Amino acid sequence: MDSTATASVPRSRPLATPPASSAGAERGATLIDIKDLDFYYGAKQALFDINLQIPDKRVTAFIGPSGCGKSTLLRCLNRMNDLIDGTSVKRGAIKIRNVDIYGRDVDPIELRKRVGMVFQKSNPFPKSIYENITYGLRIQGVKNKTRLDEVVEKSLRGAALWDEVKDRLHESGLGLSGGQQQRLCIARTIAVEPEVILMDEPCSALDPIATAKVEELIHELKKQFTIIIVTHSMQQAARCSDQTAFFYMGKLIEFDATHNIFMNPKNPQTEAYVSGRFG
Amino acid sequence: MKRFFDAELETFRSDLLRMGEVAVRQVRDALQALVTGDIKLAEQVIAADDELDELEKRIDTEAIRYMNLRSPIATELRLVIVGMKASHDLERVGDEATSIAKRAIRLAAEPPLKPYVDIPRMTNTAIEMLCAALDCFIHADNEKAIAVVKRDKEVDAINKQLYRELSSYMVEQPGTITRALELMFISKSVERIADHATNIAEEMVFLSDAQDIRHDEALKKAGKAG
Repeated sequence: MDSTATASVPRSRPLATPPASSAGAERGATLIDIKDLDFYYGAKQALFDINLQIPDKRVTAFIGPSGCGKSTLLRCLNRMNDLIDGTSVKRGAIKIRNVDIYGRDVDPIELRKRVGMVFQKSNPFPKSIYENITYGLRIQGVKNKTRLDEVVEKSLRGAALWDEVKDRLHESGLGLSGGQQQRLCIARTIAVEPEVILMDEPCSALDPIATAKVEELIHELKKQFTIIIVTHSMQQAARCSDQTAFFYMGKLIEFDATHNIFMNPKNPQTEAYVSGRFG
Repeated sequence: MKRFFDAELETFRSDLLRMGEVAVRQVRDALQALVTGDIKLAEQVIAADDELDELEKRIDTEAIRYMNLRSPIATELRLVIVGMKASHDLERVGDEATSIAKRAIRLAAEPPLKPYVDIPRMTNTAIEMLCAALDCFIHADNEKAIAVVKRDKEVDAINKQLYRELSSYMVEQPGTITRALELMFISKSVERIADHATNIAEEMVFLSDAQDIRHDEALKKAGKAG
């Protein structure tokens, strides 16, 4: 299946059951099912036969040396790779709540509302804190001021930023510290109530205090959201995640409970990587 | 890929092996001193305990430093944890050997209560268990480690048998009470040495594959009662 071919499919139906009606879903049940996935950048294969089941409302860490495919797989989960010319899923499928996200009738824009993303470098819009949070909702056509105010407070509280910015909501988001900007981006992501939050090295540009705040936040957010985090910090993966997937050269080498990966990995390559012997 | 701090783990490993070597020698020498009434050898055993105490402290310091600065993961983490626990067991083995040596000095001043048969037998079993457990540190071998755990029953059985026998001596001939009590305590020390060997064997299984086999009654019952 060639993802570039589906990028312009009209918005025909929601990607999957929205979160409100999925409240009864069993925590820890498979939310994302990746099956036999081969992914290419042009002629170069970046992911080989990935099979992975990601549970609901848990934190899953993707680890591995640079170029191992972990960020590529992360970006496959909300079809961010569609934005790069020549990329394609040539085999396999990714299903979220049993809906194939590369299916012909799935709208990538709708998908990205359900599967939000936080990047390595915080990227607030050059707008006020308030406008950063409400941007997604305004695009969706929400205009009610009371509703927008509620979402701003709820999202900023959810991102553990409310107390720090409540008195300057109309100042520029760019005036915040690096750690605050990253939490603002998380608040912006959760404002549209996604089911899944993808985090691509969210703390790599933060100092230890800001990192600790984001990690604390991840721990809180997993009660409501399914989180997938790409990290180069073994300690961060160990602290934050419930299960960990180790990738090497485009292949999934091992996937297990984080405790097992860091206490007794089955594969010698995993052991060598987590112990800092290669990578 | 070799890391600049790999040498620290090598030192840690070799210190633990050195402790094992000294502890085994201490037990052997203590037994020899008892059986032959060699007071000089018994005094050497008592004096050598300081080396085990120092090694235990050094291993703890190295382990704490390594955990603090190197954030060990997986096998390395297990090695550091097991190293600390095993070194504690080996230090206690040294204490028991010292206790046997002190009693050997007191017993050497009196005629033997009975020929030394059971105590050498149980001590040699405990030494074999200790050596096997330490071998598992060098060459991970879970079967061998589990065999050590199972052998603990053999030593326990001899200890119980000696207890009964020595109790009879004390009842029948009150003049033997002092010597019989010394032998009872020696037998108890050997039984404890076997317990420490068992602990070390269990720790080696954890080191090898993170499996916790402590307090596995089925495993212990599977051992022969001698």
